[in-house]
Amino acid sequence: MAYCSARLRTRQTCSWVGRPLLDQKLHYQTYKEISVKREGYSTEIHIQVGQFVLIEGDDDENPYIAKVVELFEDASELYSKKRARVQWFIRFCEVPICKQHLLDRKPDTQEIFWYDNPTCDNNISVETIIGCVRVVALAPDEVMPIDLKNEKTFFVKLSWNKKKFKPLPPEVLAQLDKLQEDNHRYQKSMEAKTKSAESPSWTTTEHAVKRIESRHSTSKSRHTASHPVTPRARKRLELSNLGFPRTPNTRISQATSCASLDSPGRMKRKVAFSEIMSPSKRSLPDGSQTSSPALKTPEKTRDIQHSCTKDARKTSPDHGMILRTRVPALKATETSEERILTPTSRGRKSSVVPSVILKPEYIKRREGKEPEVRDEAPSTSRIRRKSSILTLNRIRQQLRFLGNSKSDQDDEEFLPAAEISDSDSEEEEASTTPLPRRTPNSMSRNLRSSMKSSLQTPSKTPKKTPQPRTPRDATPQIRSRNLPAQEPTNMLEEARLRLHVSAVPESLPCREQEFQDIYNFVESKLLDHTGGCMYISGVPGTGKTATVHEVICCLQQAAQANEVPPFQYIEVNGMKLTEPHQVYVQILQKLTGKRATANHAAELLAKRFRTQASSQETTVVLVDELDLLWTQKQDVMYNLFDWPTHKGARLVVLTIANTMDLPERIMMNRVSSRLGLTRMCFQPYTHSQLQQILLSRLRHVKAFEDDAVQLAARKVAALSGDARRCLDICRRATEICEFSCQKPGCPGLVTTAHLLEAIDEMFSSSYITAIKNSSILEQSFLRAILAEFRRSGLEEATFQQVYIQHVALCRMEGLPYPTMSETMAVCSRLGACRLLLVEPSRNDVLLRVRLNISQDDVLYALKEE
Amino acid sequence: MATHSNVLAWRIPWAEEPERLQSMGSQRVRHEISFVEMSSRKSKSSNLIQADYVSQVQRILRERFCHQSPHGNLFGVQVQYKHLIELLKRTAIHGESNSVLIIGPRGSGKTMLINHALKELMEVEGVSENILQVHLNGLLQINDKIALKEITRQLNLENVVGDKVFGSFAENLSFLLEALKKGDRTSSCPVIFILDEFDLFAHHKNQTLLYNLLDISQSAQTPVVIIGLTCRLDILELLEKRVKSRFSHRQIHLMNSFSFPQYLKIFKEQLSLPSIFPEKIFAEKWNENVQSLSEDRSVKEVLQKHFNVSKNLRSLHMLLMLALNRVTPSHPFITAADLMEANQLCSMDSKGNIVHGLSVLEICLIIAMKHLNDIYEEEPFNFQMVYNEFQKFVQRKAHSVYNFEKPVVMKVRFFSADRLIFVYFDCIYHSFTFISFETLDIIRNFIQNRHPPKKNSKNEMFE
Repeated sequence: MAYCSARLRTRQTCSWVGRPLLDQKLHYQTYKEISVKREGYSTEIHIQVGQFVLIEGDDDENPYIAKVVELFEDASELYSKKRARVQWFIRFCEVPICKQHLLDRKPDTQEIFWYDNPTCDNNISVETIIGCVRVVALAPDEVMPIDLKNEKTFFVKLSWNKKKFKPLPPEVLAQLDKLQEDNHRYQKSMEAKTKSAESPSWTTTEHAVKRIESRHSTSKSRHTASHPVTPRARKRLELSNLGFPRTPNTRISQATSCASLDSPGRMKRKVAFSEIMSPSKRSLPDGSQTSSPALKTPEKTRDIQHSCTKDARKTSPDHGMILRTRVPALKATETSEERILTPTSRGRKSSVVPSVILKPEYIKRREGKEPEVRDEAPSTSRIRRKSSILTLNRIRQQLRFLGNSKSDQDDEEFLPAAEISDSDSEEEEASTTPLPRRTPNSMSRNLRSSMKSSLQTPSKTPKKTPQPRTPRDATPQIRSRNLPAQEPTNMLEEARLRLHVSAVPESLPCREQEFQDIYNFVESKLLDHTGGCMYISGVPGTGKTATVHEVICCLQQAAQANEVPPFQYIEVNGMKLTEPHQVYVQILQKLTGKRATANHAAELLAKRFRTQASSQETTVVLVDELDLLWTQKQDVMYNLFDWPTHKGARLVVLTIANTMDLPERIMMNRVSSRLGLTRMCFQPYTHSQLQQILLSRLRHVKAFEDDAVQLAARKVAALSGDARRCLDICRRATEICEFSCQKPGCPGLVTTAHLLEAIDEMFSSSYITAIKNSSILEQSFLRAILAEFRRSGLEEATFQQVYIQHVALCRMEGLPYPTMSETMAVCSRLGACRLLLVEPSRNDVLLRVRLNISQDDVLYALKEE
Repeated sequence: MATHSNVLAWRIPWAEEPERLQSMGSQRVRHEISFVEMSSRKSKSSNLIQADYVSQVQRILRERFCHQSPHGNLFGVQVQYKHLIELLKRTAIHGESNSVLIIGPRGSGKTMLINHALKELMEVEGVSENILQVHLNGLLQINDKIALKEITRQLNLENVVGDKVFGSFAENLSFLLEALKKGDRTSSCPVIFILDEFDLFAHHKNQTLLYNLLDISQSAQTPVVIIGLTCRLDILELLEKRVKSRFSHRQIHLMNSFSFPQYLKIFKEQLSLPSIFPEKIFAEKWNENVQSLSEDRSVKEVLQKHFNVSKNLRSLHMLLMLALNRVTPSHPFITAADLMEANQLCSMDSKGNIVHGLSVLEICLIIAMKHLNDIYEEEPFNFQMVYNEFQKFVQRKAHSVYNFEKPVVMKVRFFSADRLIFVYFDCIYHSFTFISFETLDIIRNFIQNRHPPKKNSKNEMFE
């Protein structure tokens, strides 16, 4: 990561090597070789005509591959005068999905295709070149040589002309072969040179390595730093070094390119290329990213490589191509103003709801999108575009001149952040070795999904491979019913359906103020790109969670309509966790789809929220039942409230709990202080509010008498103000009404009588009926207890005392003499239904007995008879 | 031939009535065997047939008494039954989520009610393959982890995703919640959760399972109905407030709310043979006998006494079971005497029985303890004090009781410690402080004869 951010900062300086060859026809100077030098590094990359290079694309892990055909200086280009003309190669993952099947075999990971498309713009800026790569041409029936299977080597067998795969034309093959040999020869000679006279650039490489080592105190060599840890990775690198002739320039370029490959989330927006992802494009990989975990292909046998390519296939392929053709144009439009302000709603939407399963609409949408983009690409001729670029660049320059260009600000803002992340991330990278590639922010980055998947080739350590297709990730489903559910047939059933707590009302009445407050809070945080916490309290059933859901729903709609920036929404519930630390796991999983242990997830999240890049979207986390997250050290709460305070975290935490003074009661000072004072209390509903809720649900259904509704509302408001209770009572009342109605099919309205019955059923204490229905001995035992209490003046007696009273009572009432065993059985029966509180029966006659209800209730119940 | 039939007749009581052998002395069995032998000589064939009927009757009735089979009739719970069955039908047919508690004292027929309802529900056309059942018991699923595994197993979810499901507790929970969340009202198969001993689930940590189940029942997920069975009347107070808020507060109370005439009717129904009994004549006779029994005065008395002690049907079953065990081929119908004896067995005083089996020395020790208890009201005392008291007693009546060495007395204490303690408490209430000379004489006789004390001698002691 460090390396990458360093790259982001450094400006490349390119200088021509050798003398220019003036091309008379073209009016510009061509060169044979160019050396690209980066600030901060003493290494240089030499690029010659005929070499294969990696070129930055939207996909950092899958840079484009091309062959340099020509290097020239073009004075007409305002921005970067040093241009290169290239012959493109295309990766399989860049081929449109719909066309991928044309290749009947499974492509090799390293296989690329000669891109035979004259309409494609092949004029690029030299600065976008990342480094050199090796490409080997093979005859169509040749097998991929295994000894060359490292990621720095690609194979060409076929060409792709946007319609079908064809074998390479012989002249191209010959040309490639020749080139290859040339390269070899050249490299060999260079190698020989280096060996004979300690090549200076070789030492500089070493030097560079050392420098980096010293810079990052994590005694890791540059290679290990970029190839985090895995010894295999290092070994492979060495292997590849062996495979390559040791020419200084190839070596270095190899190192850089490999580093660039290895650092997925790093080269954020180095040049126009990666930055200008137009929103529509951006959305697309995202959609596929979200889709891919949900796809759950049953074929587990599929190797990872395949799955990766599948992922990739799903994602960008031809957009990559299109993008390439449009590069200059897009680049020109790269005013960040536009970048911020013109997100198309589609793109945003998909990024807002990342956990949505890939639905048919998604695909349709994507497909619908593709053609328009494609149409655009071929039609734009180069000349026409150039002129537009020119104008745009002019505008841009003017903006710059003014000094308050937003893009400049953006740059400035960006740089320090990168610097901070530099050292941090390096450390973290060392510490989070098991999943080095899967840095939290790289995953959520919608624009990088495709490249990531394609980078994770099997030749890399298998540890890094995504595991979305393991059975553990499969989400099972309760089997669906065979018969369709019946729809309500009469008014009462309809009413019952609407009155069910689960029925989502169109709007939440009586919570307008709370809704507005929460909405404003979250919206302001979204607009300001900041983070914050909010604490929401209220007794159960006052609509806390429902209101927050409604807010999020509205905000998501607003985000679709571009009114607020898009955000990611995550919900966790303390009660749905087995243990407080599991909250990390849940958040991480919902954020990135990854699974990790609690500790590891905490680390990853901390890293994500403490060092976040500015381009990331805000995360809104709803933590329900907060009090369950209490631990001895309160570290979970601390972290949750601490992350939003970090700069650039862009995390909004909404917490919900039942108790109003929870922060004061159970939280340490440092935790409650971080929670802040943004609090909200949901008052229990009043009777008029409850009535309104009921009426709004029953709006078009005439099933209740008005008085009945009011009665229910008043009763519940007096008891608890719990809307759930109110709905349940009414639901039960409809049932009672249906039972009591004589003629089936035409039930009358629910009256107050029905409602009273329902209320009675739900709230009346059952103790008195239980006493009334108990057996005679049980009743006399209760009497004996009362007598004993009265005698002793205490509210507690031992069994033996009660037994004496009991015997006396039985004698008085003419009941047969109760034996001790019988009486004990009676006592334990009463204890089992908790009319009495009794000690465990091992205490035998000395066990203590206490009444669980008031003496008056017992007397009342016994007197009735 | 004769010997062969003898063997057969001889074997039947053994083979068919193992319980009886346990409950009765071997002497009695031997007597019966000889009785069977004698009678079989008189009329072999008829007796054999009779024996066959009797064993069939016993099998049918025992099944009825022991299993909570949903075949019998329901008594006095029609309203509750209707409520429950309507609830279940709405879930099964309309996909409405619900939660309900069935509350009633032990033996009041909660499980029978739910079994009946489920049986009827399954008979509704198209429902049986449309519904999933999960049975949990608080005594078996002692924590949420086990309960989750059990739910997953009973829902056959592990088959859906292959073998590797049972990971950690947290994974299981999210797995299950995910599974239930996927569904919706109209398309998913409804799940009936039956939580027996519901109160024990409320003691699980954080009530996570209950919260989640009830939360599902209150949200638009897979339709579920959660039925809790408990005997605790204060069950709602056990629920945490957020769990309680999610519970729909439907309660079905089973209170044994029948009077004695109804109890009598139940008694009759429980003993009557069904009309499908193969031998009509025997069944008729049996039912007539039951009818006459229910009108018998002494039977009514017995039942009234039983009814006074406890109203639940399980204890009635116990009584009838004991009476039924006395039925033999030679004694094919239950008599009032059988019921009375069964009632005596039911209402036996366990501590009195223990005292009947005590040795003289143990009795003496208890008497000593009783004396001490009178002296030091409620204060605890140690062995040495008891022994000293015993010594005093022996010295006073030197001739009557053999003076045991201290180690022997100690040994008695060790071996029968628990018995003594029980008996000790018992004696307190029977308040025997005075021991007659006659009793002591009897004790001395027993010691000299090295003969175990008999029942009646003990009884005299208490007088």
